[in-house]
Amino acid sequence: MAPLLEIRDLHASVGDTPILKGINLTINAGEIHAIMGPNGSGKSTMSYVLAGRDGYEVTGGDILMNGVSMLEMESDERALAGMFLAFQYPVELPGVGGMSFLRAAVNARRIEAGEDEIDQLEFVKLVRAKAKHLSINDDMLKRAVNVGFSGGEKKRYEILQMALLKPVFSVLDETDSGLDVDALKIVSDGVNFLRDPARSMLVITHYQRLLNHIVPDYVHILAGGKIRRTGGKELALEVEESGYVGIDDAA
Amino acid sequence: MVATQETIDTLEEATGKYKYGFVTDIESDKAPKGLNEDIIRFISAKKDEPQWMLDWRLKAFATWKKMESPDWAKLDIEPIDYQDIHYYAAPKSGEGPASLDEVDPELLKTYAKLGIPLDEQKILAGVVAVDAVFDSVSVATTFRGELAKVGVIFCPISEAIRDYPDLVKKYIGSVVPVADNYFSALNSAVFTDGSFVYIPKGVRCPMELSTYFRINEANTGQFERTLIIAEDKAYVSYLEGCTAPQRDENQLHAAVVELVAMDDAEIKYSTVQNWYPGDENGLGGIYNFVTKRGACRGDRSKISWTQVETGSAITWKYPSCILQGKDSVGEFYSVALTNNFQQADTGTKMIHIGEGSRSTIISKGISAGRSQNCYRGLVRIQPGAENARNFTQCDSLLVGDKCGAHTVPYIVSRNPSAKIEHEATTSRISEDQLFYCQQRGISTEDSVSLIVNGFCKEVMKELPMEFAVEAQKLIGISLEGSVG
Repeated sequence: MAPLLEIRDLHASVGDTPILKGINLTINAGEIHAIMGPNGSGKSTMSYVLAGRDGYEVTGGDILMNGVSMLEMESDERALAGMFLAFQYPVELPGVGGMSFLRAAVNARRIEAGEDEIDQLEFVKLVRAKAKHLSINDDMLKRAVNVGFSGGEKKRYEILQMALLKPVFSVLDETDSGLDVDALKIVSDGVNFLRDPARSMLVITHYQRLLNHIVPDYVHILAGGKIRRTGGKELALEVEESGYVGIDDAA
Repeated sequence: MVATQETIDTLEEATGKYKYGFVTDIESDKAPKGLNEDIIRFISAKKDEPQWMLDWRLKAFATWKKMESPDWAKLDIEPIDYQDIHYYAAPKSGEGPASLDEVDPELLKTYAKLGIPLDEQKILAGVVAVDAVFDSVSVATTFRGELAKVGVIFCPISEAIRDYPDLVKKYIGSVVPVADNYFSALNSAVFTDGSFVYIPKGVRCPMELSTYFRINEANTGQFERTLIIAEDKAYVSYLEGCTAPQRDENQLHAAVVELVAMDDAEIKYSTVQNWYPGDENGLGGIYNFVTKRGACRGDRSKISWTQVETGSAITWKYPSCILQGKDSVGEFYSVALTNNFQQADTGTKMIHIGEGSRSTIISKGISAGRSQNCYRGLVRIQPGAENARNFTQCDSLLVGDKCGAHTVPYIVSRNPSAKIEHEATTSRISEDQLFYCQQRGISTEDSVSLIVNGFCKEVMKELPMEFAVEAQKLIGISLEGSVG
């Protein structure tokens, strides 16, 4: 059986600047992988390339989900195929009601699957149930998407979407940035709740502390557009102590 | 087609005493091209109008001949040959498509997206007359019966001219004088139909004046004349237009709408305008030159304009309020969306005369394609308008990089106690916002629609409920092809 996600010798550029220079990564169903690396190592670029953002051009290699190449798919098609990105900086959508936004996303999947749109009442119940786990109240659900949300609220809202959309593969891009200890706990609990033998995650982070809460199966160190080292969760601790010094040149 | 024949018969019956020379030269349901006194006499006779109405029209025509087409708007308009237009055409005869199979599939797709029932689709596409599907006579009777119980008059203006001449005489041209502008003068000379609404003292109109109207209005768009009067403590909500693109061969539209609100009266006037905007190369499309104005004559009276303008090749329209009454209130909520080569120059005028009068202007302009979208507004505080207040918010959203958004606000205050606020923003749909929506699995077109509807939300919520949903879909459809 093909791995859930396979990245093969991936090269990508933004404009004329090559950022990813040959990434190889295999993630099996149920696994959580963490990517750590210094600023400018290509972590966020990698998340955008996986999600299929315009302007991030793949110049070589391939990305396969369940054995199917995603390179020709638009970002919305990838999302419908089960790819989810929890944004480092969730985007404000002024005037767009939270519930209508979530419903549009849920219905897009149902229509793709040939099902009817979700019943309004059923939907409200579903969202409320998931929101409760993440300490998101009704008031927040009624507001426009991410508008006036605190940093912590934005991140919890990302995880709420992840819970609703049930992606098979999720990228969490610096989900810990801007979170205090309490918020980090809520978000991590939310993510751990979604751990499932059929689903995988790629957790991108700058700091080891997130990995105390979301414990990864593998840790990779990304630097200069390549994965320089791979290990277990103890690798994160090692990096925490000695920093990224030296890793850049290791290859 | 039985219904159409019936209409023609009725018309001929009504105009039996017609005595002008050229009548033998023309078809039964269409005046020859051109504009002159004889054409105006012809229209007046077809409508069986009293002499005073004809005199009024002829005077308007004389005025119009001395005027010139305005050129101050930010619009690029091909010269219009006013002698090359039919000024009177009876409801469409059997020239339309025979069935929906013959209708442009693109149009049908749009109807489907708007969720318009099949029966209504047939009417809108011109396949059948209203009467063939709905028993419009009985609908009208039931409807009018219910209104008559509370004393509300709601009828075609041509009927009101015959049946309620005193009311019409008293108010027509009292808010928009004949000579107000080139197009109001033209309309006064040649208007063919429109609505008349009269709400007596203390009556709250028991229904939105919309459902019936939506179906029957289709053929009256060209030179429409509407007059709404709300007496003391009366209330009415009036809805004009249709979200569905309508089939119309008339390129020039010049409507006049006059509203009068007396003490403590309130009129809410909502418009959804989706006339043919021309194709993606800017060919064809309706020229829409509209004069809409409301007079808040009474103390504490209120007039509220809400408009969603997505159609027409050219829109020239400034629904306004004259706030004469003490503590009277004027509101203007507008969404103007242009795509491809459409041009819109639209906004409002709030004229504060009464003490303590207040006005609110919320304008949302969306430009896409190569279109040009201009907000033009005037807030004028007269010397007697002690403690008058205005709040204006004027937001423009650009979709793509070949369109234009312009804002031309005029503010004139002649009373030092007035408070006037003006806020304006111009923004783009950001690539970040689009990507965020798409990453959730929402298609590009749906994402744009979501974001633009969010941008317009403050205006959309002012629309009557049943129309708001359609209007939201309309925004999405009007933007199709603008991104990606």
